[in-house]
Amino acid sequence: MILQILLTFSILSLVAIGGANAVLPEMHRQLVELHGWLDDATFSQLYALAQAAPGPNILVASVMGWRIAGAGGMAAATFGMLVPAAILAWYVAGLMHRLRGAAWLKPAQGGLVPVAIGLILAAGITMAEAAHSHGVMPIIVVAISTLFVWRTNYSPLWVLAGGGVLGAIFLG
Amino acid sequence: MPEAPPPATIIPGPAELFAGYLKIGLFGFGGVAAWARRVIVEERHWLTERDYAEVLGLGQVLPGPNVGNAAVMIGRRFHGLSGALLATAGLYCAPFVILVLLCLFYDRYGQLPAVAPVMAGIAAGAAGMVIGTAFKMAGKLKLRPEAVAILLLATIGAAWLGLPLPVIVLVLGPISIALSLWRAGLIGGTGAAR
Repeated sequence: MILQILLTFSILSLVAIGGANAVLPEMHRQLVELHGWLDDATFSQLYALAQAAPGPNILVASVMGWRIAGAGGMAAATFGMLVPAAILAWYVAGLMHRLRGAAWLKPAQGGLVPVAIGLILAAGITMAEAAHSHGVMPIIVVAISTLFVWRTNYSPLWVLAGGGVLGAIFLG
Repeated sequence: MPEAPPPATIIPGPAELFAGYLKIGLFGFGGVAAWARRVIVEERHWLTERDYAEVLGLGQVLPGPNVGNAAVMIGRRFHGLSGALLATAGLYCAPFVILVLLCLFYDRYGQLPAVAPVMAGIAAGAAGMVIGTAFKMAGKLKLRPEAVAILLLATIGAAWLGLPLPVIVLVLGPISIALSLWRAGLIGGTGAAR
């Protein structure tokens, strides 16, 4: 069982182009439809649980592993999800280092920059849309926070804390 | 190309690398990419804006979380294998511990702690933080018009059309690389360099 979890998440790790949100549909297919380890409702609940923690969303895998098979499942899922992709990144970094003299390398890498920034922007917009489901107040917070982070160099902690306080007052 | 001279960068020691990534993981609520850029470029000056964007771009097209891939590559650049391991461990250890605690809480009480309103407010702040970070990066990197077009296409595809991210990356990535090589005068005859 643990071995199967390790294998399943290792495969997910290597198809997760775009990170956690990109791999979610395939994760659902594997865990709910193919293996029947989780039902639909549990899958959604666990996703929400993972969102409540800080850090990379990919740790949603850890929560799924924990629900499927306890601590061992959690360890297997986390290891499977993180390690294959990390090994690939390690070897690609080595390849880039060997190619560093090539004239085309910097412009080619630069070509990936707008895609990465565009996807960050999309993630922010998707988060803002989710926040909008709580009414108008969160949208005001989004707007202020956007300007604050964009136009100043103060720590974003201020807008996160401010958002939390406003949420407690107006959404409680 | 008129560009300000890159600000001096600092090579972090192993402990600083770990501590920096610990902060990214711990504070990276809802938007770890925004915090990673903040800590690495603005606060600690490990990499220039452009260097970081390029590592992140590469991390984006590889499978796995872009920030996680960038941690491996940045850690490797500074301290080889131990750097990659320290950066990765720093990034994941705090969120992982918090997640274990949340799981235990959930097991015992069958629900999450009653902090939903606070979380909703923080999530709104985080959304703005992520959007603001994208604007800031795009502005500081002085993107060319064709790069801005690619950026917007990626955003529209992911946020409004709901296209799968691998599709966006595999379609826009090669186009954008080709445009960038053309701009540098490396393909398409004389190109449009300078």
